[in-house]
Amino acid sequence: MSTLTATPGQTIGPFFHYALPFDGDRELVAPGTPGAVLLHGTVTDGAGAPLQDALVEIWQADPAGVVPQRTGSMRRDGHTFTGFGRSSTDITGRYTFTTLEPGSVDGGLPFFGVTVFARGLLNRLFTRAYLPLDGAEPDALLTSVGDRAGTLVVERDEHGLRFDVRLQGEGETVFLTYPGHS
Amino acid sequence: MTPQPETQAVIDAEIAATAHAYEQAGVEETQPRVDYAPYRSSLLRHPTKDPHHADPEGIELWAPCFGERDIDPLEADLTIQRGGEPQGEKMLVTGRVVDGDGRPVRRQLVEIWQANAGGRYIHKRDQHPAPLDPSFTGVGRCLTDDDGTYSFTTIKPGPYPWRNHLNAWRPAHIHFSLFGTDFTQRMITQMYFPGDPLFALDPIYQSIVDPKARERLVSTYDHDLSVPEVLMGYRWDIVLTGSHRTPLEEEDHQ
Repeated sequence: MSTLTATPGQTIGPFFHYALPFDGDRELVAPGTPGAVLLHGTVTDGAGAPLQDALVEIWQADPAGVVPQRTGSMRRDGHTFTGFGRSSTDITGRYTFTTLEPGSVDGGLPFFGVTVFARGLLNRLFTRAYLPLDGAEPDALLTSVGDRAGTLVVERDEHGLRFDVRLQGEGETVFLTYPGHS
Repeated sequence: MTPQPETQAVIDAEIAATAHAYEQAGVEETQPRVDYAPYRSSLLRHPTKDPHHADPEGIELWAPCFGERDIDPLEADLTIQRGGEPQGEKMLVTGRVVDGDGRPVRRQLVEIWQANAGGRYIHKRDQHPAPLDPSFTGVGRCLTDDDGTYSFTTIKPGPYPWRNHLNAWRPAHIHFSLFGTDFTQRMITQMYFPGDPLFALDPIYQSIVDPKARERLVSTYDHDLSVPEVLMGYRWDIVLTGSHRTPLEEEDHQ
């Protein structure tokens, strides 16, 4: 059990764009790499309006289900898959990643770990973006979420994999809290 | 028709009402509320449903790795990035990043960004007429050492106006972005300076409704860190949410 109380979070604010983005932040693999897929979506607010000042991060296993423990996310060399990506949203609220589909880790359903930050959002939000189940049985988490589980599963579209994030209201994304939070 | 901006008194009354209700409820909270109306930008940007409890699994039990390849050690000194000496009060900020059990978060990435001494960010949407400083970008990165310690040399940021309400000013702060040993420890926050008169007026700071919890974001002035005739020293330690790793696993990953 934790013995210390965690430091509180605060909003990322409006001025992170000159600090957090870096060259190649959203390209976990170079476009055109065999197996490369576009993971993309829109972050919207309770009125359905896109957020042009959100930041989305993903953290994922490689296609074999191996958890990368390699440095170099901030200086991509075009060969090392680090599993970490960061994408600010554009004026239409859209984020994009060029990456590989994650494999199963320890026998679980494959998913991207996702964190969302934004001006107006006072603390970070965690969620999961599962690959389409394609007939697989939902896992314990998806089952426990019930009829909102669809918000945690990416859709295949003509561009690749689509995962929209709705902060509030109809179709609100299921956000996650873990033991030790709060 | 642009509505008249609300006054500080309106915001103050909302902050006070929420603080009173929190005291009456008697249940301790340690993180900011995401549903905190005095911060007007939060109104449409907070989830209305409670977060769903999940046991971390797979990738969530690990965190991205950063190393010497990612960060130039010079990025920890924000006063040398543009060749000249930046304007303002030079300062050092240092502290330890630990997990909920007090274990150091070793060799992990810390990113900061901040306004300059006049309260101006290098950002196209910052319309505060305070001058930009050609010698200061306000961006820094470093890796913690084996004791979890980070350290930045920078300039004390100024407070700045924003448009939450009429005459709204943010207390001076430095943004911090942190990773732990688990994905679930990822956090972004803001570090403040002791004794700031704007604390009581600021809805972002007050969104942490518990007074003790808010104070965890306030650095302390540490005279032993100050360097004669060079800079002032501040100390600020950071506790991430508890790691799910056992001590045995920790050994395995050394």
